[in-house]
Amino acid sequence: MSTLYLARNPRVAARMLDGEMMIMSGRDSTLFTLNRTATILWQSADGSTPLDRIVEHRICSEYDVPASQALNDAEALARELAGHEILRISNEPIPEPAALGGDRR
Amino acid sequence: MSGLMEEMAAKAQRLNIPLNVQLDLTYRCNERCVHCYLDHRDHGEMTTPEIKRLLDEMADAGVFILTLSGGEIFLRKDFFEIVEHARRLMFCVKLKTNAVLIGKREAARLRELAIEAIQVSIYSHRPEVHDGITLVPGSLKRSLDAIRFLKSQGLSVTIANVVMRQNISDYAGVQQLAEELGVEFTLDPTITPMMDGDRSTLSLGVGSDALSGLFRESSLVGNVDEFCAIAAEPGQDELEATPCSAGHTACYVSPYGDVFPCVQFPLPTGNVRRERFVDIWRHSSQMNEVRSIRVKDLPTCSSCAHASNCTRCPGLAFMEGNMRGPSSQDCEKSFARTGIPSANMLAKNRTAANLVQIRPLPALVSGPAAGAMA
Repeated sequence: MSTLYLARNPRVAARMLDGEMMIMSGRDSTLFTLNRTATILWQSADGSTPLDRIVEHRICSEYDVPASQALNDAEALARELAGHEILRISNEPIPEPAALGGDRR
Repeated sequence: MSGLMEEMAAKAQRLNIPLNVQLDLTYRCNERCVHCYLDHRDHGEMTTPEIKRLLDEMADAGVFILTLSGGEIFLRKDFFEIVEHARRLMFCVKLKTNAVLIGKREAARLRELAIEAIQVSIYSHRPEVHDGITLVPGSLKRSLDAIRFLKSQGLSVTIANVVMRQNISDYAGVQQLAEELGVEFTLDPTITPMMDGDRSTLSLGVGSDALSGLFRESSLVGNVDEFCAIAAEPGQDELEATPCSAGHTACYVSPYGDVFPCVQFPLPTGNVRRERFVDIWRHSSQMNEVRSIRVKDLPTCSSCAHASNCTRCPGLAFMEGNMRGPSSQDCEKSFARTGIPSANMLAKNRTAANLVQIRPLPALVSGPAAGAMA
């Protein structure tokens, strides 16, 4: 498995509500709520931290699951979120766009 | 509202989170609409740093949908700096504008900033009527050009058509125009008193007959029979319900930092120049008073035949003198829909023109009998 980097899509709107991340798609205004694991991916998606490190530090520390399985599940989830244009994923670090930054609130 | 959004709004209300805020960036305007309720002079607008700090506080408080309005928002030289900051904080940003100052470059910038929706005021498809309301020659053309620029960028645009005596016969033309432009259309027959309490603008409102006609136009209301049906007797859930989202999941901030429950509810609750936004939201006694009101607490309206489906605006009621009282404009709307006078109208003995020639029985306005009729 190659290293995967995640970045928040700056075109979405997002806000945490009672521990649940609300995301409004910039593509078609669909509203999503992220589960706990997806929220962790969203919050950690800074474009520079590789997914395996996010899984090791943020997911395995929270869930009692083997690291390899957690990484597989996290990658599948990241790809699903990318399919909805909530996250951007790449095998290279993703620089923050100049026009829009992002905030984890 | 989508199911998920309703769920989020219910959760926000339970947790006392202001999900939805309208922030007016300025009351200055480049149009002089005859029905406008604003004082367009600048009495000390918030500065750029003040607005950015407020946006930070709003994000921390949980605000998700941020509607920027005015006045005309594009008159602020720092408009794009403010929007950039708002989008960096990941607000869902909506705009209300007359669009006169939006050219190709501005439209492209709005696209880059991923603006969720833009509402543009259009009063008529005829320049002489639209420009006669805005009092700015050429304003219709400029607004329509702007809508085309916005559409060419793939942005979501809604034409808002406020109807009044001057343009009541033009809504179908505006509706057709919206269709041709490929944008949404919304119609609003509500004229608001001036901010200083002057109610002279209300004389521009359409009368009962015109309102009744609008409410029987299926292209505006959908299923006319359903829309004009007499309300069922309110159940316990409806009586325990909150009158609207003002003060519950929504509020309004003026260009001077004053916080109100809603743009149409001029009850001052605090100022963000002196207090943190979240402290005003959570602890203002005025905000908490608004929050405490349930439909069952409304002395006249809770026993009205229209109680379970009235559009009663607490802000308009407040402007009439009592936030727990009726809003006459909404009484007129309920009457125009159903032909049944509201409890308020009966109390005032002014049933206006009886549109449906059935003499209302007293029992119809007392609840159970109304339910039986429905």
